[in-house]
Amino acid sequence: MRGGRLLRGLVTLAGLILAWGLLVHLADLPHYILPGPERVALRLWDDWALLARHAGYTALEIVLGLVLGTLCGGLAALALTASAAARRWLLPLLLASQAVPVFAIAPLLVLWLGYGMASKVAMATLIIFFPVTASFFDGLRRTEPGWLDLARTMGASPWAVLRHIRVPAALPALASGLRMAAAVAPIGAVVGEWVGASAGLGYLMLHATARVQTDLTFAALFILALLAVGLWLLVDLTVRRALPWLPDSVMSKEET
Amino acid sequence: MTHVPGPSSAPPAPAIHLSDAALGFGGRLLFSGLDMVAPAGQTTCLLGPSGVGKSSLLRLIAGLLTGTGRVAADDGKPVTGRIAWMGQQDLLLPWASVLENVTLGARLRGGRVGPAERDRAMALLAAVGLDDRAGCRPDALSGGMRQRAALARTLFEDRPIVLMDEPFSALDAITRLDMQDLAASLLAGRTVIMVTHDPLEALRLGHQVLVLSGSPARLSPPIMPAGDTPRPPDHPDLLALQAELLLRLRGGRAA
Repeated sequence: MRGGRLLRGLVTLAGLILAWGLLVHLADLPHYILPGPERVALRLWDDWALLARHAGYTALEIVLGLVLGTLCGGLAALALTASAAARRWLLPLLLASQAVPVFAIAPLLVLWLGYGMASKVAMATLIIFFPVTASFFDGLRRTEPGWLDLARTMGASPWAVLRHIRVPAALPALASGLRMAAAVAPIGAVVGEWVGASAGLGYLMLHATARVQTDLTFAALFILALLAVGLWLLVDLTVRRALPWLPDSVMSKEET
Repeated sequence: MTHVPGPSSAPPAPAIHLSDAALGFGGRLLFSGLDMVAPAGQTTCLLGPSGVGKSSLLRLIAGLLTGTGRVAADDGKPVTGRIAWMGQQDLLLPWASVLENVTLGARLRGGRVGPAERDRAMALLAAVGLDDRAGCRPDALSGGMRQRAALARTLFEDRPIVLMDEPFSALDAITRLDMQDLAASLLAGRTVIMVTHDPLEALRLGHQVLVLSGSPARLSPPIMPAGDTPRPPDHPDLLALQAELLLRLRGGRAA
């Protein structure tokens, strides 16, 4: 029923665009407040090259942030699992770090890392780091006790248990963290671009809005949404392919 | 009898002596001053009403629980490291193939799973009738097949002492009888302690049957059914003993 899903998505999209168009025409809104869908479409067509260039920049920031954040988060979760000292010292620090909104430190990151890509990648990494660490660590702690008993009677070292049992068993939890990370990664990159940048969709939106090119803002927003959804689907698909043994009683029923 | 290849130098199985064991659980004393002997190379079945602490006793012997008491083998060597464990659930890793599950112990001990290990695992899988499923993941197997894979994994460990905690309790009656026959033939010669709640299972497989009951729990004198294991499930003596045990277990629970 792949076609059915695609069709449902298209119908929803068409309905939303129709409602948007109706709102603009019935309320007679000026185009610099809310441009109609046809204006945005035209802008997408005309400024395709400009949008693509900035989108590529933002996409690279998001992907780099996702990779770095996942790596750091995964390592942090492993450290927390492996060492009691890490749990005592690192865990409170981790929780405290989440009390500081990432948005609040965005200006500092730009100050330290400059207007280029590094500060945006750092933002995305920071925003991804916590969900990945938290969900992977959760998974690593909740290993089926029967497996651990079995491993003990087999004479396994803690390292072997981690490698052969705890980590594979925690992969589904890591996968949930990755899905969440894929959903929030664009936020990190765009906020970084708002604070100070010379390229990227966030930068483009900010400048278009300042010059009352609201249709360009919307066009950039549309591309950003496409990027975010595409990234989520890609991560979701990769995760499913990587964990074929995982039962999925909700989705498998709907796909038949 | 199925021939299972293994190291020909496998040492003879020792008897296990448990002395003065005491264990509490959730603020309640399960048992204290408990003594038990599992004869060498024989199967000891441990029966008891649920909640009496028979699984805890087995876990104590396996070293999975800390209590007081002394677990010793009569050959003077330590018991730890010579135990294979089989639990109530099959405990197969869902991401690994049947063959990888059977050879799990070798990988956990940091060794390589070479051709020798693979051959031995395949022979064991053939002995439990799963050699054509070696590459399957556990979710493709039925409950009975999964438990047979778990039995193959237990045998792959090739330990002289095998501890089993209600290994067949999740299976239907017919599959359970098949599994009992298979286990009796494949575990012959090892010192086995099997916890079960099924008197028939205990009487079919046990060279001696012990009943744990009361609070704090005490062990009954051993019951030694006649005949070789696995005993046929329809023998009149066996059925009479089963009826007696059922009555005793109900009484033990009411007390």
